[in-house]
Amino acid sequence: MPTEYSVPSDVQQITRRALPIGVVLLAACAVGGYFNPDQFFHSYLLAYIFVLNITLGCLALVMVQHLSGGNWGVMTRRLLEAGSRTIPLMAVLFIPVALGIHSLYVWSHPDVVASDINVREKAAYLNQTAFIVRAVVYFICWWAVAHFLNKWSLEQDRTGDPAVGRKLQRLSGGGLVLYGITMTFAVTDWLMSLQPHWYSTIFGMIFMAGQGLSGFSFVIAALWWLAKREPLKSLLSSRQLIDLGNLMLAFVILWTYTSFSQFLLIWVGNLPEEIVFYLPRFRHGWQAVGILLVLFHFAVPFLLLLHRSIKGKLARIGALAIALVAFRWLDIYWLVAPAEHVNLHLSWMDIAAPLALGGIWLATWARTLQGRPLLPLRDPQLAQALQYGHHASH
Amino acid sequence: MHGQDTKSSLYGLMAEFEEAGALVAAAHRVREAGYEHVDAFTPVPIEELHEALDLHRNEVPLIALIGGITGCLVGFFLQYWISVIAYPINVGGRPFNSWPSFIPVTFELTILFAALTSAFGMLALNGLPMPYHPVFNVPGFERATTDRFFLCIEAKDEQFDRDGTRAFLESLHPREVTDVVP
Repeated sequence: MPTEYSVPSDVQQITRRALPIGVVLLAACAVGGYFNPDQFFHSYLLAYIFVLNITLGCLALVMVQHLSGGNWGVMTRRLLEAGSRTIPLMAVLFIPVALGIHSLYVWSHPDVVASDINVREKAAYLNQTAFIVRAVVYFICWWAVAHFLNKWSLEQDRTGDPAVGRKLQRLSGGGLVLYGITMTFAVTDWLMSLQPHWYSTIFGMIFMAGQGLSGFSFVIAALWWLAKREPLKSLLSSRQLIDLGNLMLAFVILWTYTSFSQFLLIWVGNLPEEIVFYLPRFRHGWQAVGILLVLFHFAVPFLLLLHRSIKGKLARIGALAIALVAFRWLDIYWLVAPAEHVNLHLSWMDIAAPLALGGIWLATWARTLQGRPLLPLRDPQLAQALQYGHHASH
Repeated sequence: MHGQDTKSSLYGLMAEFEEAGALVAAAHRVREAGYEHVDAFTPVPIEELHEALDLHRNEVPLIALIGGITGCLVGFFLQYWISVIAYPINVGGRPFNSWPSFIPVTFELTILFAALTSAFGMLALNGLPMPYHPVFNVPGFERATTDRFFLCIEAKDEQFDRDGTRAFLESLHPREVTDVVP
Protein backbone atom coordinates (compact mmCIF):
# COMPACT_ATOMS: atom_id res chain seq x y z
CA MET A 1 0.00 0.00 0.00
CA PRO A 2 1.51 3.38 -0.93
CA THR A 3 1.95 5.44 2.21
CA GLU A 4 2.04 8.66 0.17
CA TYR A 5 -1.58 8.09 -0.89
CA SER A 6 -0.84 9.62 -4.27
CA VAL A 7 -3.65 10.32 -6.71
CA PRO A 8 -4.01 7.51 -9.28
CA SER A 9 -2.09 8.51 -12.41
CA ASP A 10 -4.95 7.82 -14.81
CA VAL A 11 -6.83 10.78 -13.34
CA GLN A 12 -5.15 12.56 -16.28
CA GLN A 13 -7.54 10.58 -18.47
CA ILE A 14 -10.41 12.63 -17.01
CA THR A 15 -8.73 15.89 -18.01
CA ARG A 16 -7.80 14.55 -21.41
CA ARG A 17 -11.36 13.44 -22.19
CA ALA A 18 -13.42 16.15 -20.49
CA LEU A 19 -11.50 19.18 -21.73
CA PRO A 20 -11.96 18.67 -25.53
CA ILE A 21 -15.66 17.85 -25.02
CA GLY A 22 -16.11 20.99 -22.96
CA VAL A 23 -14.25 23.27 -25.35
CA VAL A 24 -15.99 21.92 -28.48
CA LEU A 25 -19.44 22.24 -26.89
CA LEU A 26 -18.66 25.75 -25.65
CA ALA A 27 -17.58 26.72 -29.18
CA ALA A 28 -20.83 25.25 -30.53
CA CYS A 29 -22.79 27.30 -27.98
CA ALA A 30 -20.85 30.42 -28.98
CA VAL A 31 -21.93 29.84 -32.59
CA GLY A 32 -25.51 29.30 -31.37
CA GLY A 33 -25.18 32.49 -29.36
CA TYR A 34 -24.29 34.42 -32.49
CA PHE A 35 -27.70 33.57 -33.96
CA ASN A 36 -29.71 33.68 -30.71
CA PRO A 37 -27.92 35.71 -28.02
CA ASP A 38 -30.87 35.79 -25.59
CA GLN A 39 -31.14 32.01 -25.55
CA PHE A 40 -27.35 31.67 -25.29
CA PHE A 41 -27.10 33.89 -22.23
CA HIS A 42 -29.98 32.12 -20.46
CA SER A 43 -28.47 28.72 -21.20
CA TYR A 44 -25.08 29.98 -20.13
CA LEU A 45 -26.47 31.31 -16.84
CA LEU A 46 -28.11 27.91 -16.25
CA ALA A 47 -24.79 26.19 -16.97
CA TYR A 48 -22.83 28.63 -14.85
CA ILE A 49 -25.06 28.26 -11.78
CA PHE A 50 -25.08 24.47 -12.24
CA VAL A 51 -21.28 24.29 -12.10
CA LEU A 52 -20.96 27.00 -9.44
CA ASN A 53 -23.23 24.88 -7.21
CA ILE A 54 -20.69 22.07 -7.26
CA THR A 55 -17.74 24.45 -6.71
CA LEU A 56 -19.27 26.29 -3.77
CA GLY A 57 -20.79 23.07 -2.44
CA CYS A 58 -17.23 21.74 -2.22
CA LEU A 59 -16.05 24.94 -0.49
CA ALA A 60 -18.88 24.82 2.07
CA LEU A 61 -18.39 21.11 2.78
CA VAL A 62 -14.64 21.57 3.38
CA MET A 63 -15.58 24.02 6.13
CA VAL A 64 -18.36 21.79 7.48
CA GLN A 65 -16.01 18.82 7.80
CA HIS A 66 -13.38 20.94 9.56
CA LEU A 67 -16.02 21.88 12.13
CA SER A 68 -17.84 18.56 12.46
CA GLY A 69 -14.97 16.10 12.04
CA GLY A 70 -15.91 12.55 11.03
CA ASN A 71 -14.39 9.85 8.88
CA TRP A 72 -16.36 10.92 5.81
CA GLY A 73 -14.59 14.28 5.97
CA VAL A 74 -11.10 12.79 6.09
CA MET A 75 -11.81 10.56 3.10
CA THR A 76 -13.32 13.32 0.96
CA ARG A 77 -11.39 16.41 2.09
CA ARG A 78 -8.88 16.48 -0.75
CA LEU A 79 -11.62 16.02 -3.36
CA LEU A 80 -13.57 18.91 -1.84
CA GLU A 81 -10.47 21.09 -1.54
CA ALA A 82 -9.66 20.52 -5.20
CA GLY A 83 -13.22 21.64 -5.96
CA SER A 84 -12.72 24.83 -3.94
CA ARG A 85 -9.49 25.59 -5.84
CA THR A 86 -11.51 26.00 -9.05
CA ILE A 87 -13.00 29.30 -7.80
CA PRO A 88 -10.62 31.41 -9.98
CA LEU A 89 -11.91 29.45 -13.00
CA MET A 90 -15.47 30.24 -11.93
CA ALA A 91 -14.57 33.93 -11.67
CA VAL A 92 -13.31 33.88 -15.28
CA LEU A 93 -16.37 31.95 -16.45
CA PHE A 94 -18.56 34.65 -14.90
CA ILE A 95 -17.47 37.15 -17.58
CA PRO A 96 -20.09 36.00 -20.15
CA VAL A 97 -22.83 36.42 -17.50
CA ALA A 98 -21.66 39.98 -16.93
CA LEU A 99 -21.61 40.57 -20.69
CA GLY A 100 -25.15 39.22 -20.94
CA ILE A 101 -26.74 41.48 -18.33
CA HIS A 102 -28.85 43.20 -20.95
CA SER A 103 -30.17 39.92 -22.36
CA LEU A 104 -30.78 38.36 -18.96
CA TYR A 105 -32.13 41.06 -16.68
CA VAL A 106 -34.97 43.45 -17.58
CA TRP A 107 -33.95 45.81 -14.77
CA SER A 108 -30.97 46.77 -16.96
CA HIS A 109 -33.31 48.24 -19.60
CA PRO A 110 -33.71 52.04 -19.12
CA ASP A 111 -37.26 52.00 -20.54
CA VAL A 112 -38.36 49.37 -18.00
CA VAL A 113 -36.81 51.39 -15.16
CA ALA A 114 -38.61 54.50 -16.45
CA SER A 115 -42.03 52.87 -16.76
CA ASP A 116 -42.04 50.42 -13.83
CA ILE A 117 -42.14 52.05 -10.38
CA ASN A 118 -41.34 48.76 -8.68
CA VAL A 119 -38.09 48.34 -10.63
CA ARG A 120 -37.30 52.04 -10.32
CA GLU A 121 -37.47 51.89 -6.51
CA LYS A 122 -35.02 48.96 -6.58
CA ALA A 123 -32.61 50.67 -8.98
CA ALA A 124 -30.21 51.67 -6.20
CA TYR A 125 -29.49 47.95 -5.75
CA LEU A 126 -30.35 46.54 -9.18
CA ASN A 127 -28.08 48.45 -11.55
CA GLN A 128 -25.24 47.26 -13.75
CA THR A 129 -22.36 48.86 -11.82
CA ALA A 130 -23.52 47.56 -8.44
CA PHE A 131 -24.15 44.12 -9.98
CA ILE A 132 -20.55 43.87 -11.24
CA VAL A 133 -19.00 45.33 -8.07
CA ARG A 134 -20.92 42.90 -5.87
CA ALA A 135 -19.89 39.95 -8.05
CA VAL A 136 -16.23 40.98 -7.67
CA VAL A 137 -16.69 41.15 -3.89
CA TYR A 138 -18.27 37.64 -3.79
CA PHE A 139 -15.41 36.14 -5.74
CA ILE A 140 -12.79 37.83 -3.56
CA CYS A 141 -14.50 36.49 -0.41
CA TRP A 142 -14.84 32.93 -1.76
CA TRP A 143 -11.35 32.86 -3.20
CA ALA A 144 -9.79 34.22 0.02
CA VAL A 145 -11.50 31.59 2.19
CA ALA A 146 -10.61 28.80 -0.26
CA HIS A 147 -7.03 30.03 -0.53
CA PHE A 148 -6.33 29.84 3.19
CA LEU A 149 -8.22 26.57 3.64
CA ASN A 150 -5.99 25.01 1.01
CA LYS A 151 -2.78 26.69 2.14
CA TRP A 152 -3.16 25.64 5.77
CA SER A 153 -4.27 22.16 4.80
CA LEU A 154 -0.95 21.73 2.98
CA GLU A 155 0.84 23.16 6.01
CA GLN A 156 -0.87 20.54 8.16
CA ASP A 157 0.42 17.83 5.79
CA ARG A 158 3.96 19.12 6.21
CA THR A 159 4.16 19.89 9.92
CA GLY A 160 1.30 18.02 11.62
CA ASP A 161 1.11 20.93 14.05
CA PRO A 162 -2.20 20.79 16.03
CA ALA A 163 -2.31 24.61 15.95
CA VAL A 164 -2.90 24.44 12.18
CA GLY A 165 -5.99 22.29 12.74
CA ARG A 166 -7.39 24.85 15.18
CA LYS A 167 -6.62 27.64 12.72
CA LEU A 168 -8.55 25.75 10.02
CA GLN A 169 -11.52 25.32 12.37
CA ARG A 170 -11.64 29.03 13.23
CA LEU A 171 -11.45 29.99 9.56
CA SER A 172 -14.21 27.48 8.76
CA GLY A 173 -16.55 28.93 11.38
CA GLY A 174 -16.18 32.48 10.10
CA GLY A 175 -15.98 31.30 6.51
CA LEU A 176 -19.35 29.54 6.67
CA VAL A 177 -21.00 32.72 7.96
CA LEU A 178 -19.38 34.70 5.16
CA TYR A 179 -20.43 32.04 2.65
CA GLY A 180 -24.04 32.18 3.88
CA ILE A 181 -24.22 35.95 3.50
CA THR A 182 -22.43 36.25 0.15
CA MET A 183 -24.32 33.28 -1.32
CA THR A 184 -27.68 34.80 -0.37
CA PHE A 185 -26.73 38.05 -2.10
CA ALA A 186 -25.27 36.22 -5.10
CA VAL A 187 -28.41 34.19 -5.90
CA THR A 188 -30.51 37.30 -5.31
CA ASP A 189 -28.45 39.11 -7.94
CA TRP A 190 -28.01 36.32 -10.43
CA LEU A 191 -31.30 34.39 -10.25
CA MET A 192 -33.98 36.13 -8.20
CA SER A 193 -33.55 39.38 -10.16
CA LEU A 194 -34.47 37.54 -13.39
CA GLN A 195 -37.98 38.49 -12.22
CA PRO A 196 -37.27 41.83 -10.52
CA HIS A 197 -40.72 42.11 -8.92
CA TRP A 198 -40.38 38.85 -7.05
CA TYR A 199 -38.71 38.31 -3.72
CA SER A 200 -38.30 35.37 -1.34
CA THR A 201 -36.24 35.52 1.83
CA ILE A 202 -35.57 31.77 1.92
CA PHE A 203 -34.21 31.67 -1.65
CA GLY A 204 -30.56 31.79 -0.54
CA MET A 205 -31.14 28.97 1.94
CA ILE A 206 -32.72 26.78 -0.76
CA PHE A 207 -29.63 27.38 -2.81
CA MET A 208 -27.24 26.50 -0.02
CA ALA A 209 -29.13 23.25 0.57
CA GLY A 210 -28.88 22.59 -3.16
CA GLN A 211 -25.16 23.35 -3.14
CA GLY A 212 -24.57 20.96 -0.26
CA LEU A 213 -26.41 18.32 -2.26
CA SER A 214 -24.43 19.14 -5.42
CA GLY A 215 -21.19 18.91 -3.41
CA PHE A 216 -22.01 15.52 -1.89
CA SER A 217 -23.35 14.13 -5.16
CA PHE A 218 -20.20 15.15 -6.99
CA VAL A 219 -17.88 13.78 -4.33
CA ILE A 220 -19.67 10.42 -4.14
CA ALA A 221 -19.58 10.16 -7.95
CA ALA A 222 -15.85 10.99 -7.85
CA LEU A 223 -15.29 8.34 -5.15
CA TRP A 224 -17.01 5.80 -7.39
CA TRP A 225 -14.29 6.41 -9.96
CA LEU A 226 -11.40 6.73 -7.49
CA ALA A 227 -12.30 3.70 -5.37
CA LYS A 228 -11.85 1.43 -8.37
CA ARG A 229 -8.16 2.32 -8.14
CA GLU A 230 -5.50 2.28 -5.45
CA PRO A 231 -5.02 3.75 -2.90
CA LEU A 232 -8.71 4.28 -2.08
CA LYS A 233 -9.67 0.81 -3.30
CA SER A 234 -8.31 -0.78 -0.12
CA LEU A 235 -9.03 2.17 2.19
CA LEU A 236 -12.66 3.13 1.65
CA SER A 237 -15.11 1.22 3.86
CA SER A 238 -18.83 0.66 3.43
CA ARG A 239 -19.30 2.48 6.74
CA GLN A 240 -17.94 5.73 5.29
CA LEU A 241 -20.12 5.30 2.21
CA ILE A 242 -23.18 4.90 4.44
CA ASP A 243 -22.19 8.10 6.29
CA LEU A 244 -21.90 9.96 2.98
CA GLY A 245 -25.20 8.51 1.80
CA ASN A 246 -26.90 9.65 5.02
CA LEU A 247 -25.51 13.16 4.57
CA MET A 248 -26.71 13.21 0.96
CA LEU A 249 -30.14 12.13 2.24
CA ALA A 250 -30.05 14.96 4.80
CA PHE A 251 -29.44 17.49 2.03
CA VAL A 252 -32.19 16.00 -0.16
CA ILE A 253 -34.53 16.55 2.79
CA LEU A 254 -33.16 20.04 3.52
CA TRP A 255 -33.63 21.10 -0.10
CA THR A 256 -37.19 19.76 -0.04
CA TYR A 257 -37.94 21.38 3.30
CA THR A 258 -36.74 24.84 2.26
CA SER A 259 -38.28 24.62 -1.22
CA PHE A 260 -41.62 23.54 0.19
CA SER A 261 -41.47 26.27 2.87
CA GLN A 262 -41.10 28.88 0.14
CA PHE A 263 -43.95 27.38 -1.87
CA LEU A 264 -46.32 26.98 1.09
CA LEU A 265 -45.86 30.53 2.39
CA ILE A 266 -46.33 32.04 -1.06
CA TRP A 267 -49.33 29.80 -1.79
CA VAL A 268 -51.05 30.60 1.52
CA GLY A 269 -50.20 34.31 1.40
CA ASN A 270 -51.35 34.59 -2.25
CA LEU A 271 -49.86 38.09 -2.62
CA PRO A 272 -49.42 39.50 -6.15
CA GLU A 273 -45.71 40.38 -5.79
CA GLU A 274 -44.90 36.88 -4.48
CA ILE A 275 -46.98 34.60 -6.69
CA VAL A 276 -45.33 35.98 -9.85
CA PHE A 277 -42.69 33.31 -9.33
CA TYR A 278 -45.05 30.32 -9.29
CA LEU A 279 -47.77 31.46 -11.73
CA PRO A 280 -45.66 31.09 -14.90
CA ARG A 281 -44.16 27.86 -13.56
CA PHE A 282 -47.53 26.21 -12.89
CA ARG A 283 -48.87 26.51 -16.43
CA HIS A 284 -47.99 26.16 -20.12
CA GLY A 285 -46.19 22.87 -19.59
CA TRP A 286 -43.74 24.08 -16.94
CA GLN A 287 -45.75 22.29 -14.23
CA ALA A 288 -44.42 19.01 -15.68
CA VAL A 289 -40.90 20.11 -14.70
CA GLY A 290 -42.13 20.91 -11.20
CA ILE A 291 -43.69 17.45 -10.86
CA LEU A 292 -40.47 15.84 -12.09
CA LEU A 293 -38.58 17.77 -9.40
CA VAL A 294 -40.94 16.59 -6.65
CA LEU A 295 -40.58 13.00 -7.85
CA PHE A 296 -36.88 12.78 -8.70
CA HIS A 297 -35.27 15.56 -6.67
CA PHE A 298 -37.15 14.40 -3.57
CA ALA A 299 -39.39 11.32 -3.48
CA VAL A 300 -37.32 8.72 -5.34
CA PRO A 301 -33.86 9.63 -3.92
CA PHE A 302 -35.44 9.97 -0.46
CA LEU A 303 -36.90 6.46 -0.56
CA LEU A 304 -33.77 4.93 -2.12
CA LEU A 305 -31.41 6.58 0.35
CA LEU A 306 -33.30 5.08 3.29
CA HIS A 307 -31.92 1.65 2.32
CA ARG A 308 -28.56 0.59 3.68
CA SER A 309 -28.18 -1.84 0.79
CA ILE A 310 -28.06 1.16 -1.58
CA LYS A 311 -25.91 3.45 0.57
CA GLY A 312 -23.28 0.79 1.28
CA LYS A 313 -22.65 -0.29 -2.33
CA LEU A 314 -20.43 2.05 -4.29
CA ALA A 315 -21.96 1.33 -7.71
CA ARG A 316 -25.50 1.99 -6.46
CA ILE A 317 -24.85 5.16 -4.46
CA GLY A 318 -22.50 6.37 -7.23
CA ALA A 319 -25.20 5.97 -9.88
CA LEU A 320 -27.73 7.70 -7.63
CA ALA A 321 -25.26 10.56 -7.03
CA ILE A 322 -24.83 11.10 -10.78
CA ALA A 323 -28.63 11.09 -11.20
CA LEU A 324 -28.90 13.73 -8.47
CA VAL A 325 -26.32 15.92 -10.23
CA ALA A 326 -28.60 15.73 -13.27
CA PHE A 327 -31.64 16.70 -11.20
CA ARG A 328 -29.73 19.62 -9.72
CA TRP A 329 -29.54 20.75 -13.36
CA LEU A 330 -33.31 20.34 -13.71
CA ASP A 331 -33.90 22.44 -10.58
CA ILE A 332 -31.85 25.34 -11.97
CA TYR A 333 -33.46 24.92 -15.39
CA TRP A 334 -36.84 25.38 -13.68
CA LEU A 335 -35.55 28.62 -12.13
CA VAL A 336 -33.93 30.11 -15.24
CA ALA A 337 -35.81 28.98 -18.33
CA PRO A 338 -39.40 30.07 -17.45
CA ALA A 339 -38.07 33.62 -17.01
CA GLU A 340 -37.46 33.69 -20.75
CA HIS A 341 -40.08 31.39 -22.27
CA VAL A 342 -43.82 31.46 -21.55
CA ASN A 343 -44.34 27.92 -22.89
CA LEU A 344 -42.29 24.89 -21.91
CA HIS A 345 -39.14 25.17 -23.98
CA LEU A 346 -35.88 23.25 -23.97
CA SER A 347 -33.12 24.66 -26.14
CA TRP A 348 -30.24 22.42 -27.23
CA MET A 349 -27.99 24.99 -25.56
CA ASP A 350 -29.70 24.31 -22.19
CA ILE A 351 -28.04 20.90 -22.36
CA ALA A 352 -24.89 21.71 -24.33
CA ALA A 353 -23.80 24.68 -22.21
CA PRO A 354 -23.93 22.79 -18.85
CA LEU A 355 -22.01 19.92 -20.44
CA ALA A 356 -19.49 22.42 -21.84
CA LEU A 357 -18.84 24.20 -18.56
CA GLY A 358 -19.10 20.89 -16.68
CA GLY A 359 -16.43 19.38 -18.93
CA ILE A 360 -14.08 22.34 -18.51
CA TRP A 361 -14.66 22.36 -14.77
CA LEU A 362 -14.14 18.59 -14.40
CA ALA A 363 -10.90 18.78 -16.38
CA THR A 364 -9.66 21.59 -14.13
CA TRP A 365 -10.72 19.73 -11.00
CA ALA A 366 -8.93 16.54 -12.04
CA ARG A 367 -5.80 18.53 -12.85
CA THR A 368 -5.76 20.40 -9.55
CA LEU A 369 -6.48 17.17 -7.63
CA GLN A 370 -3.16 15.73 -8.81
CA GLY A 371 -1.07 18.37 -7.04
CA ARG A 372 -1.53 16.87 -3.56
CA PRO A 373 -1.81 13.55 -1.73
CA LEU A 374 -5.30 12.04 -1.95
CA LEU A 375 -5.68 12.02 1.83
CA PRO A 376 -4.71 14.64 4.44
CA LEU A 377 -1.52 12.92 5.66
CA ARG A 378 -1.35 14.40 9.15
CA ASP A 379 -5.00 14.90 9.93
CA PRO A 380 -5.44 13.67 13.53
CA GLN A 381 -8.46 11.62 12.45
CA LEU A 382 -6.74 9.86 9.54
CA ALA A 383 -5.61 6.79 11.51
CA GLN A 384 -9.12 6.22 12.82
CA ALA A 385 -10.65 6.66 9.37
CA LEU A 386 -8.26 4.13 7.84
CA GLN A 387 -8.84 1.61 10.62
CA TYR A 388 -12.35 1.08 9.26
CA GLY A 389 -10.98 0.43 5.82
CA HIS A 390 -8.85 -2.36 7.23
CA HIS A 391 -11.90 -3.94 8.81
CA ALA A 392 -13.75 -3.87 5.53
CA SER A 393 -10.90 -5.63 3.76
CA HIS A 394 -10.92 -8.57 6.22
CA MET B 1 -29.33 -39.17 27.33
CA HIS B 2 -26.20 -37.93 29.03
CA GLY B 3 -25.51 -35.52 26.15
CA GLN B 4 -29.03 -34.14 26.38
CA ASP B 5 -28.46 -33.35 30.06
CA THR B 6 -25.28 -31.35 29.49
CA LYS B 7 -26.98 -29.49 26.66
CA SER B 8 -29.89 -28.34 28.81
CA SER B 9 -27.62 -27.33 31.71
CA LEU B 10 -25.82 -24.76 29.56
CA TYR B 11 -27.03 -21.55 27.93
CA GLY B 12 -24.04 -21.59 25.62
CA LEU B 13 -20.33 -20.96 25.25
CA MET B 14 -18.77 -17.50 25.36
CA ALA B 15 -15.47 -16.60 23.69
CA GLU B 16 -13.70 -13.41 24.73
CA PHE B 17 -11.54 -11.40 22.31
CA GLU B 18 -9.27 -8.43 22.85
CA GLU B 19 -9.71 -6.82 19.44
CA ALA B 20 -12.67 -5.97 17.23
CA GLY B 21 -10.87 -7.36 14.16
CA ALA B 22 -10.37 -10.77 15.84
CA LEU B 23 -14.05 -10.87 16.78
CA VAL B 24 -15.18 -10.05 13.23
CA ALA B 25 -12.86 -12.74 11.83
CA ALA B 26 -14.17 -15.26 14.39
CA ALA B 27 -17.78 -14.32 13.59
CA HIS B 28 -17.15 -15.10 9.91
CA ARG B 29 -15.66 -18.49 10.82
CA VAL B 30 -18.54 -19.34 13.14
CA ARG B 31 -21.08 -18.58 10.45
CA GLU B 32 -19.08 -20.54 7.89
CA ALA B 33 -19.10 -23.50 10.27
CA GLY B 34 -22.91 -23.38 10.08
CA TYR B 35 -23.86 -22.08 13.52
CA GLU B 36 -27.15 -20.18 13.48
CA HIS B 37 -27.79 -19.13 17.10
CA VAL B 38 -24.85 -16.80 17.56
CA ASP B 39 -24.66 -13.42 19.26
CA ALA B 40 -21.90 -10.88 19.84
CA PHE B 41 -21.35 -8.27 22.51
CA THR B 42 -19.15 -5.25 21.86
CA PRO B 43 -18.51 -1.86 23.46
CA VAL B 44 -18.94 -0.01 20.14
CA PRO B 45 -21.09 -0.64 17.06
CA ILE B 46 -19.12 -2.61 14.46
CA GLU B 47 -20.66 -2.39 11.01
CA GLU B 48 -18.75 -5.38 9.66
CA LEU B 49 -19.96 -7.56 12.52
CA HIS B 50 -23.56 -6.99 11.48
CA GLU B 51 -22.65 -8.26 8.03
CA ALA B 52 -20.65 -11.20 9.41
CA LEU B 53 -23.54 -12.35 11.61
CA ASP B 54 -26.24 -11.31 9.13
CA LEU B 55 -27.98 -9.25 11.82
CA HIS B 56 -29.48 -6.64 9.51
CA ARG B 57 -32.66 -8.52 8.85
CA ASN B 58 -35.33 -7.70 11.34
CA GLU B 59 -38.91 -6.51 11.32
CA VAL B 60 -38.35 -3.00 12.75
CA PRO B 61 -38.11 -1.21 9.35
CA LEU B 62 -41.38 -2.84 8.25
CA ILE B 63 -43.10 -1.84 11.52
CA ALA B 64 -41.79 1.72 11.15
CA LEU B 65 -43.01 1.84 7.54
CA ILE B 66 -46.50 0.71 8.53
CA GLY B 67 -46.49 3.22 11.40
CA GLY B 68 -45.33 6.00 9.06
CA ILE B 69 -47.99 5.28 6.44
CA THR B 70 -50.65 5.14 9.16
CA GLY B 71 -49.44 8.49 10.57
CA CYS B 72 -49.45 10.01 7.10
CA LEU B 73 -53.06 8.96 6.43
CA VAL B 74 -54.25 9.93 9.92
CA GLY B 75 -52.53 13.33 9.66
CA PHE B 76 -53.97 14.13 6.27
CA PHE B 77 -57.52 12.92 6.79
CA LEU B 78 -57.73 14.45 10.26
CA GLN B 79 -57.31 17.86 8.61
CA TYR B 80 -59.39 16.91 5.58
CA TRP B 81 -62.29 15.79 7.78
CA ILE B 82 -62.15 18.98 9.87
CA SER B 83 -61.72 21.43 7.00
CA VAL B 84 -63.94 19.84 4.36
CA ILE B 85 -66.58 17.76 6.17
CA ALA B 86 -67.04 18.71 9.81
CA TYR B 87 -66.38 22.44 9.89
CA PRO B 88 -65.79 23.99 6.47
CA ILE B 89 -64.82 27.69 6.63
CA ASN B 90 -64.17 29.90 3.63
CA VAL B 91 -60.74 31.47 4.24
CA GLY B 92 -60.12 34.18 1.67
CA GLY B 93 -61.67 32.09 -1.08
CA ARG B 94 -59.20 29.22 -0.73
CA PRO B 95 -60.50 25.71 -1.43
CA PHE B 96 -61.69 23.75 1.60
CA ASN B 97 -59.29 20.99 0.64
CA SER B 98 -56.17 23.22 0.82
CA TRP B 99 -53.85 20.22 0.66
CA PRO B 100 -50.55 22.18 0.46
CA SER B 101 -51.23 23.62 3.91
CA PHE B 102 -52.05 20.13 5.25
CA ILE B 103 -48.59 18.83 4.37
CA PRO B 104 -46.64 20.06 7.46
CA VAL B 105 -49.00 18.36 9.94
CA THR B 106 -49.19 15.26 7.73
CA PHE B 107 -45.41 15.12 7.70
CA GLU B 108 -45.14 15.60 11.47
CA LEU B 109 -47.62 12.81 12.22
CA THR B 110 -45.83 10.53 9.75
CA ILE B 111 -42.59 11.03 11.68
CA LEU B 112 -44.30 10.75 15.08
CA PHE B 113 -46.05 7.46 14.26
CA ALA B 114 -42.95 6.01 12.59
CA ALA B 115 -40.74 6.97 15.54
CA LEU B 116 -43.11 5.61 18.17
CA THR B 117 -43.83 2.35 16.34
CA SER B 118 -40.14 1.74 15.67
CA ALA B 119 -39.17 2.44 19.30
CA PHE B 120 -41.91 0.24 20.79
CA GLY B 121 -41.65 -2.32 17.98
CA MET B 122 -37.94 -2.65 18.74
CA LEU B 123 -38.71 -3.18 22.43
CA ALA B 124 -41.40 -5.75 21.62
CA LEU B 125 -39.11 -7.68 19.27
CA ASN B 126 -35.96 -7.77 21.43
CA GLY B 127 -37.79 -8.45 24.68
CA LEU B 128 -36.42 -5.45 26.58
CA PRO B 129 -36.60 -4.57 29.41
CA MET B 130 -35.13 -7.92 30.51
CA PRO B 131 -34.19 -8.11 34.20
CA TYR B 132 -32.17 -11.33 33.88
CA HIS B 133 -29.99 -12.82 31.16
CA PRO B 134 -27.52 -15.71 31.48
CA VAL B 135 -24.65 -13.97 29.65
CA PHE B 136 -24.13 -11.73 32.66
CA ASN B 137 -23.02 -14.83 34.62
CA VAL B 138 -19.80 -14.92 32.57
CA PRO B 139 -16.94 -13.60 34.74
CA GLY B 140 -15.61 -10.30 33.42
CA PHE B 141 -18.54 -9.84 31.02
CA GLU B 142 -18.96 -6.24 32.21
CA ARG B 143 -15.90 -5.43 30.09
CA ALA B 144 -18.17 -5.80 27.03
CA THR B 145 -19.08 -2.19 27.77
CA THR B 146 -15.48 -0.96 27.84
CA ASP B 147 -12.72 -2.83 26.02
CA ARG B 148 -13.52 -6.52 25.38
CA PHE B 149 -15.35 -8.26 22.56
CA PHE B 150 -17.49 -11.34 23.18
CA LEU B 151 -18.98 -13.99 20.92
CA CYS B 152 -21.57 -16.46 22.21
CA ILE B 153 -22.76 -19.69 20.58
CA GLU B 154 -26.01 -20.73 22.19
CA ALA B 155 -26.71 -24.30 23.31
CA LYS B 156 -30.03 -24.40 21.43
CA ASP B 157 -28.10 -24.37 18.15
CA GLU B 158 -28.51 -27.71 16.35
CA GLN B 159 -24.78 -28.03 15.83
CA PHE B 160 -23.96 -27.26 19.45
CA ASP B 161 -21.88 -29.87 21.19
CA ARG B 162 -20.28 -28.99 24.51
CA ASP B 163 -16.80 -30.33 23.76
CA GLY B 164 -16.78 -29.96 20.00
CA THR B 165 -17.99 -26.37 20.02
CA ARG B 166 -15.55 -25.47 22.78
CA ALA B 167 -12.67 -26.93 20.75
CA PHE B 168 -13.87 -25.03 17.71
CA LEU B 169 -14.01 -21.74 19.63
CA GLU B 170 -10.56 -22.38 21.11
CA SER B 171 -9.22 -22.74 17.56
CA LEU B 172 -10.27 -19.12 16.86
CA HIS B 173 -7.61 -17.88 19.32
CA PRO B 174 -9.82 -16.16 21.86
CA ARG B 175 -8.47 -14.95 25.17
CA GLU B 176 -10.75 -17.38 26.96
CA VAL B 177 -13.77 -19.65 26.40
CA THR B 178 -16.30 -19.78 29.23
CA ASP B 179 -19.45 -21.85 29.92
CA VAL B 180 -22.54 -19.68 30.12
CA VAL B 181 -24.66 -21.04 32.99
CA PRO B 182 -28.38 -20.29 32.74
